Amino acid sequence: MSAEKAVSSDGGAQSRAQEYWKANLKIILSFLVVWFVVSYGCGILFIDQLNTIPFFGFKLGFWFAQQGSIFVFVGLIVAYAIRMNKLDEEFDVHE
Amino acid sequence: MDLQTLTYLFVGGSFALYIGIAIYMRAGSTKEFYIAGGGVHPLANGMATAADWMSAASFISLAGIISFMGSDGTGYLMGWTGGYVLLALLLAPYLRKFGKFTVPDFVGDRYYSSTARIVAVICVIFISFTYVAGQMRGVGIVFSRFLEVDVNTGVVIGMAVVFFYAVLGGMKGITYTQVAQYCVLIFAFTVPAVFLTYQITGHVLPQTGLGATLDSGQSVLATLDGLVTDLGFKEYTEGRKSTIDMFFITAALMCGTAGLPHVIVRFFTVPKVKDARTSAGWALLFIAILYTAVPAVAAMGRVNLINTVNGADGTGTSYTEMPAWFKNWENSGLIGWNDVNGDGKVQYANGKAFTGKGKPVFDGDNRGPNGERAVTNANTEAKPIGKAPFANEVYVDRDIMVLANPEIANLPNWVIALVAAGGVAAALSTAAGLLLVISTAVSHDLLKKTFAPNISEKQELLAARGAAVVAITIAGLFGIYPPGFVAQVVAFAFGLAAASFFPVILMGIFYKRMNKEGAIAGMSVGLAFTFSYIVYFKFIAPGDNNADHWLLGVSPEGIGTLGMIFNFVVALVVSSVTPPPPAEIQQIVEDIRVPRGAGTAHAH
Repeated sequence: MSAEKAVSSDGGAQSRAQEYWKANLKIILSFLVVWFVVSYGCGILFIDQLNTIPFFGFKLGFWFAQQGSIFVFVGLIVAYAIRMNKLDEEFDVHE
Repeated sequence: MDLQTLTYLFVGGSFALYIGIAIYMRAGSTKEFYIAGGGVHPLANGMATAADWMSAASFISLAGIISFMGSDGTGYLMGWTGGYVLLALLLAPYLRKFGKFTVPDFVGDRYYSSTARIVAVICVIFISFTYVAGQMRGVGIVFSRFLEVDVNTGVVIGMAVVFFYAVLGGMKGITYTQVAQYCVLIFAFTVPAVFLTYQITGHVLPQTGLGATLDSGQSVLATLDGLVTDLGFKEYTEGRKSTIDMFFITAALMCGTAGLPHVIVRFFTVPKVKDARTSAGWALLFIAILYTAVPAVAAMGRVNLINTVNGADGTGTSYTEMPAWFKNWENSGLIGWNDVNGDGKVQYANGKAFTGKGKPVFDGDNRGPNGERAVTNANTEAKPIGKAPFANEVYVDRDIMVLANPEIANLPNWVIALVAAGGVAAALSTAAGLLLVISTAVSHDLLKKTFAPNISEKQELLAARGAAVVAITIAGLFGIYPPGFVAQVVAFAFGLAAASFFPVILMGIFYKRMNKEGAIAGMSVGLAFTFSYIVYFKFIAPGDNNADHWLLGVSPEGIGTLGMIFNFVVALVVSSVTPPPPAEIQQIVEDIRVPRGAGTAHAH
């Protein structure tokens, strides 16, 4: 398959693909932690505590819930795309 | 030019544009019909996805929902955007690499089973139809409000336009009309939002305007909190829903968004895996432009409404002195007034001014003593609630916040006409995307892949077009004769998608050992549980639909999350006691995890 072809030059095709996948999973996990913290953490679970902090005319929890989390979501997807493009080249699996 | 002419001009002009694009971009092969030939630029696909995604509900209703729910409406904002993170990180790149035409294609091939494929097709058709019915109704409503034609005539006109570009253009036509529709709808939403923000706060950007300080020295949100608590409502920035319910609702909307077939399929149209990732970023950016402006429109619209209705001294405004927009929208039935205390003044506060569901039932064209529309269900027992100085006397439909904003803010006629064109664009773009998914499910998944594998490419294309015609007709009929349950069910399409597709696709990519037994069992349990819970609380025992009777305190809106958890658990347990998937399937999973060699999507 193409995965093997892509990395066959260094011999350990299967293990290179495994390594690439592991690196990818690590990245996904760390991004999802941020995703969870800003939305479920700041916007839902700890909203009452954060609401005691004023933030540019907002209560901080309310800001996270209605605007902040959305900004972070956009940033996360863009950062993931950039990070993965790099990883693809590192492992020579890019198109 | 008068409003009527301008509206015809704007809406008609946008229709001409869509049809022109469709003729130019018509599909010649199944590949073009299903995935636009697979060569769509990620930026264009991002715009198309945004238009595909933002429906009449996002454009017309969302700001109103937030406006009247305050902090409790937050789940919609986070849920309908956060799902794209899941889509971009967990699903889109791998499904693109898999390189087929549809979501049932993936389910059927990955789980080597036509049973799984057929279960998936049923889910696709069910989810898409409930969703599309609301869109056609939305088109009809915009037409009737702004162009004063009958709702049904509006639905038929909408059907004709969608018919033209979806049947002729397929995915290729739809993609580029959606790009145009995105431009129309975002312009139509942003212009009034900017005007409104500028008038109230002096800021140009709605996003920063929401945090602005008013002349009184208080921020917009603090002012609003003060206004609503004085009228007997809870603070705007504080929630009333339980934390667990908010958590489950948000999760159901997020995972549902990531699992909606008409959104997923958009990522099959880009050339590379890399493009699928980039494209998701563009899509969410384009969506976020609207979604971050919504909270501003919601809060400022509410301030405007309260100040206009209750007047500067907060004692109410006499009906005869109410601005024209109040009476116009009363005529279209979105506003109703019941003079509870008989002082001839309109007063807005917490509470029900009308009996039953709180909506006015108008007594034909009869008028009351002040010239207001007479109703048959006035709540004569209405009492002031909390700190409110008077009982509530008005019903205000949530859609007012977007539809009437330009009039409330005294904006020029062309802005009002623009909002009409934007509403129609939002509804049509979503309807077209859904109809395409339905027609593909029939011609590709049911015919070509299951029941009639020997049909030729030409016949398949013909079948796809035929299925689109049938789907549009059914959707139109739903729009003309809306079954009572449609409006209620639309919101639950997300719960069903979260409980069925999201886990099955996720495990298909990330868990090589998942087999067909596990997937089918998981999907069936998740779907059956979620469906029964919703049906029970919405139709069988609507009287019990409150936190005391809910399982773990989770409302039907959030139950899809629990259904999803059941799906995962059942699938994992069943797969652990049944044989692993064949070696070639495990090889497919290995293969989709690596970007290289994607090529464009192919049929076999």
